[in-house]
Amino acid sequence: MKFITEFRDSNLAESIIKLLRKEAYPNSNLMEFCGGHTVAIFRSGIREVVPKNVKMLSGPGCPVCVTSNSDIDKAGKVVRYPDVILTTFGDMMKVPGSYDSLYDLRAKGYDIRVVYSTIDALKIAEENKNKKIVFFGIGFETTAPTIAASIIEAKRRNINNYFVISVLKLTIPAIKKLLSLGEVKVNGIIGPGHVSTITGANDWKFLPDEYKIPCVLTGFEPLDILLGIKSLLDMIKQNKQELVTEYLRSVKPEGNIIAKEMIEKVFIVDDSDWRGFNVIEKSGLKISKEFEEFDAEKVFDLKTEPSIKNCGCKCDEVLRGIISPVECSLFREVCNPENPLGPCMVSSEGACAAYYNYYVE
Amino acid sequence: MAKKILLSYGSGGVMMHRFINDVIQKKFSNPLLDKLNDQSVFNIEKHRLAFSTDSYVVDPIFFPGGNIGDLAINGTINDLVMCGAKPLYLSVGFIIEEGFDIDSFEVIIDSMSNCAKKAGVNIITGDTKVVQSGKADKIFINTSGIGILENDLNISGDNAKPGDKVIISGTIGDHGMAVLTKREGIMIDSDIKSDTMALNRLVEKMLIHTDKIHAMRDPTRGGVATTLNEIANQSDVGITIYEKNLPIRENVKAACEMLGFDPLYVANEGKLIAFVEPDIAESLVEVMRSTDEGKDACIIGEVIKEYPKKVILKTSIGGSRVVSMLTGEQLPRIC
Repeated sequence: MKFITEFRDSNLAESIIKLLRKEAYPNSNLMEFCGGHTVAIFRSGIREVVPKNVKMLSGPGCPVCVTSNSDIDKAGKVVRYPDVILTTFGDMMKVPGSYDSLYDLRAKGYDIRVVYSTIDALKIAEENKNKKIVFFGIGFETTAPTIAASIIEAKRRNINNYFVISVLKLTIPAIKKLLSLGEVKVNGIIGPGHVSTITGANDWKFLPDEYKIPCVLTGFEPLDILLGIKSLLDMIKQNKQELVTEYLRSVKPEGNIIAKEMIEKVFIVDDSDWRGFNVIEKSGLKISKEFEEFDAEKVFDLKTEPSIKNCGCKCDEVLRGIISPVECSLFREVCNPENPLGPCMVSSEGACAAYYNYYVE
Repeated sequence: MAKKILLSYGSGGVMMHRFINDVIQKKFSNPLLDKLNDQSVFNIEKHRLAFSTDSYVVDPIFFPGGNIGDLAINGTINDLVMCGAKPLYLSVGFIIEEGFDIDSFEVIIDSMSNCAKKAGVNIITGDTKVVQSGKADKIFINTSGIGILENDLNISGDNAKPGDKVIISGTIGDHGMAVLTKREGIMIDSDIKSDTMALNRLVEKMLIHTDKIHAMRDPTRGGVATTLNEIANQSDVGITIYEKNLPIRENVKAACEMLGFDPLYVANEGKLIAFVEPDIAESLVEVMRSTDEGKDACIIGEVIKEYPKKVILKTSIGGSRVVSMLTGEQLPRIC
């Protein structure tokens, strides 16, 4: 098994597509929560091959996209302190905050570096003892363990010039919020494969149990997604609400225990400001008291002015699944990947960028 | 804030094209430059000449399969031959950082000398500058080249025609991933090698076989996706390519998968894409496959009337998607 080619087999894909088309399924809205799925669906052209009466909606599962202006403003403030080197994942660079993107700030001369992992940020800290290295910690349950690991490692090695702005977010409270708003009818959910690898499949039982919505946890290859869609449509047709794990090669019922323990050790659950939703209760991870010497929000004063919303940007509605990116009047002409007005156009996993890059009009 | 030059202005993607068109081309505009090919073709008396220049800033300067010197010679030769020219002479300009290791420099110029000999071109003029430590990064090289066209073909980026088949001379993404996997901060173990090589012998054979080549370009920075978009734009046509047909090595595929890159956007330094009349496409591929440089050549798509200025990929499961031009910076300093 190479775990890639097998799940891209075009003959198998064709036979699933045939089955999908043969069966008469009821009109359905399926939401993929995860930005990784949004991109995978576009890249493999899945929207084109599913039955015409099945609508694919993109959810708020792109960590860059849901990072609020207030979060970005904190990063914009910390770089202004003397001797600070801000480190961040590449996708965050171009997201406009209330005033500047990190890209703009770097061009103005602030020291902002893109890293591939928190370990690189730690290395920069070790090599620059006279500087303060701040890691801009965005992401979901998937990145939280790596950020936790870097903080634990910094403590173990007495690295005292490494700090983290934790604006980490938890996916399940956001899905609950989205469903409770009732703005979109969702008949089935393609659950996030990577997040559920950490949280475990069991954490997703609330969808069928509490919300009566079938959910399939799938991987990211074309066959994974096609099988997931078929399984959801079969359940919808039979009026069954269950949790199905298609991504068995990665997702276990109990999840990744070690990763979960690390998250628990370093973070506490707190409210968090989401783009598109404002503050959602108990949906974020802040650094716990035990590790507060690494908490940039404790070490620096990062209180910012109330954030300013980018004029005309409809990312909020896109993230809540109310409109598709092409329904935004700024899409393509005014807002595009070179000149993004909102994060959904910036992030490689954002719905707007996916439409811009891959959608055949 | 005064506008600043961003890294993405040199990425090979949308930002670079806009920067070139709006800032540089506007000032220098003339009919030859305005064709926006990688080389210019012009007449001096009875002779048709091709002229091209390129600068090399790759980081790291040594990578599996080659070094900055190989790129500097092969890259400019390839830019010349893409219009069907026979490369004759090169110039070389070095900008070297104070403190740069002389042994490394000698390895680089040995490579340059070997590449030039292999391709049958001579380096006939040059320039050397040294700047203070920290004012450049080890070594930057510029080469310019001049070639002669011994035919009356019009092989140009604006000449692709609906019906043309799109041929690629071999596997894609090798150079970019070879450089990237050796870059500090990423360093993954792999056996990926750069494909850097001169394509003049290959093109010579192709031109002996047929005069039905309409356009050719080497998909360097920005990769195959960017080159196809450039040709679609210049020729005002649509291009369809088939995912199933794209030749990509398993190790390149795996590295791209791991690091989140699309091989279509990853640089190549020894490949060409040719747009040719359909009736000779298959026989031309056979000719290409008989050479070392083109042994993995294959047809990857065709030019269409629909979707002007767009590149459409037919996915392996039967869907389709747009292949857009590279936006932002994918990999700075890849060549």
